[in-house]
Amino acid sequence: MNKTVNQKAWFLVLPVLLLVAFSAVIPLMTVVNYSVQDAFAGDFYPLDDKLEWFKQMLESERMWDALGRQVAFSAIILAIEIPLGIFVALNMPKRGFWASLCLVLMSLPLLIPWNVVGTIWQIFGRVDIGLLGYTLAALGIDYNYTQDFYAAWVTVIIMDVWHWTSLVALLAYAGLQSIPDAYYQAAKIDQASRWKVFRYIELPKMMGVLMIAILLRFMDSFMIYTEPFVVTGGGPGNSTTFLSIDLVKMALGQFDLGPAAAFSIMYYLVILLISYVFYTVMTNLDKRDGH
Amino acid sequence: MAKITLDNLAHSYLPNPKSEDDFALKELNHDWVDGEAYALLGASGCGKSTLLNIISGLLHPSQGRILFNDRDVTHEPTTQRNIAQVFQFPVVYDTMTVRDNLAFPLRNRGADAAYVAERVQQIATMIGMEDMLNRKARGLTADAKQKISLGRGMVREDVNALLFDEPLTVIDPHMKWELRTQLKSLHHEFGHTMIYVTHDQTEALTFADKVVVMYDGRVVQMGTPQELFETPQHTFVGYFIGSPGMNVLDASVTGDKAVIDGTEISLGQGFGTPTGKVEVGVRPEFTTLASGDVGLPVTVKRVEDVGRHKIVRTDFKGTAINVIAEEGAEISPDMNRIVFDPAGVNVYSNSWRVAPQGA
Repeated sequence: MNKTVNQKAWFLVLPVLLLVAFSAVIPLMTVVNYSVQDAFAGDFYPLDDKLEWFKQMLESERMWDALGRQVAFSAIILAIEIPLGIFVALNMPKRGFWASLCLVLMSLPLLIPWNVVGTIWQIFGRVDIGLLGYTLAALGIDYNYTQDFYAAWVTVIIMDVWHWTSLVALLAYAGLQSIPDAYYQAAKIDQASRWKVFRYIELPKMMGVLMIAILLRFMDSFMIYTEPFVVTGGGPGNSTTFLSIDLVKMALGQFDLGPAAAFSIMYYLVILLISYVFYTVMTNLDKRDGH
Repeated sequence: MAKITLDNLAHSYLPNPKSEDDFALKELNHDWVDGEAYALLGASGCGKSTLLNIISGLLHPSQGRILFNDRDVTHEPTTQRNIAQVFQFPVVYDTMTVRDNLAFPLRNRGADAAYVAERVQQIATMIGMEDMLNRKARGLTADAKQKISLGRGMVREDVNALLFDEPLTVIDPHMKWELRTQLKSLHHEFGHTMIYVTHDQTEALTFADKVVVMYDGRVVQMGTPQELFETPQHTFVGYFIGSPGMNVLDASVTGDKAVIDGTEISLGQGFGTPTGKVEVGVRPEFTTLASGDVGLPVTVKRVEDVGRHKIVRTDFKGTAINVIAEEGAEISPDMNRIVFDPAGVNVYSNSWRVAPQGA
């Protein structure tokens, strides 16, 4: 097709540009504005060193600790949810009434609002009235997520697994459903073992959706706020204070708007970078599929 | 390699089949002789693939038994039957190289590495992919993938049977010919029992020693290509095989005379008095166009010159009759009669052939 040069065509992009400006660019610039000034009681004071807040944040042990906890949390839930989700998907019925029932049951946790999930587990785990907490206490197990570091982590992780494994399972299930029967038949003819069927047929065919699952779960868990905030409030001590919780403490609890803004921007850049890496890997996977 | 016996076999996809119509594969008793090459020919949906999948164990038959060398394997799973099967659409293991794809069935059986390497090399030469062995199977063209599937089917030497389910559908015409020839030479060399499902008569007739024609879940005829051509046992065989297919005309037959829509013709042989729906079938090859007043009166509609011969499309009181005339034959306007060569006339009662009873 012959393409003609027409610079007026740029005007067609204008509406989108405006929309993006209001929805993303302008709010972001506000944050940038905060990050290079000292905001105090509604007034702005210029900084001697424009990057002071950034430097301060990079040297802040508190931020690095939160980042460490955040990375650990994301890694642990991915390591549990991805294999578990695949396992669940592999064992779901392929068609018929039971398949539909499974799908409905599995989607239920996904439909519950974040803070409700937090509240459910907050109550569920309470030693005095919660079913889980009370039962564990009755069994003589020392479990108290408000005081014990391990109990708090285990609770927060199990809550996330409960809430989100369904998503991975549903995506993996969709991937499995797209495999034509001929592949399984050929594998039987070739006398392949169950493991080989998984390794050479199911896993490669699921790769695309699994990358999406990993990306979604990584992003969500990296930005997690509501659920652990409702359950543990970031405690005991700072043991479950993840990046978002720390950020809110800094911005709204302490009114350190400048450092919090600098923190936000770095947080944003990290997420952007990781998304970019994922995107590149995914598109390369598609290319390798070859056309 | 084995003789495969089908004993009282039938299959329905419905859980509680009631009438015969519910069966995709109607009751069947048949021996596939060890080391023969069969073609299973029939229109789409006639039960060919069902039969194949029952033999390989991918489907469990509703009734009857399957025996390999007289050993009952009806309840054995596919993996234990040691059968090779190639499907209509290519199945390759994307993440493996071409080499690993070909070696896969052998490795699954725990074959020794040196043997695997040698055998893979042989098969690669046969399918013409030696220079691609180290490539990933992902991203190859459909026909390359199908060649890998074929290769994977042929790599085991000790299989009980090789089953092909329309394997050449996605392959280029010239490659089709080559692969079919290779399959044939492979058959001569190793003597596997081969069953080749197709709806393409050329493919079936060139590949197989014996052609099995299926129609509506039933085997209607099994025979050599020549038998299928000369004495089709069922009208379906008549018009499915041949290009164009057999001319089939409603008639009433008494002894060696047939009356077709008011015109009497001589059959050359006696057929008694067949009852039911009686038809006369004559292949276009045994039909000639003539002038004068003997034979069926027809109107010539069209003459198609296909190179080796001419196909004359004529109309006999609303029924089409095709005639094959020699390439040099003159078709003149006064040729408005059709004459049948008695040697090529078959009589059918309710679609099944009536055996001649002599003159």
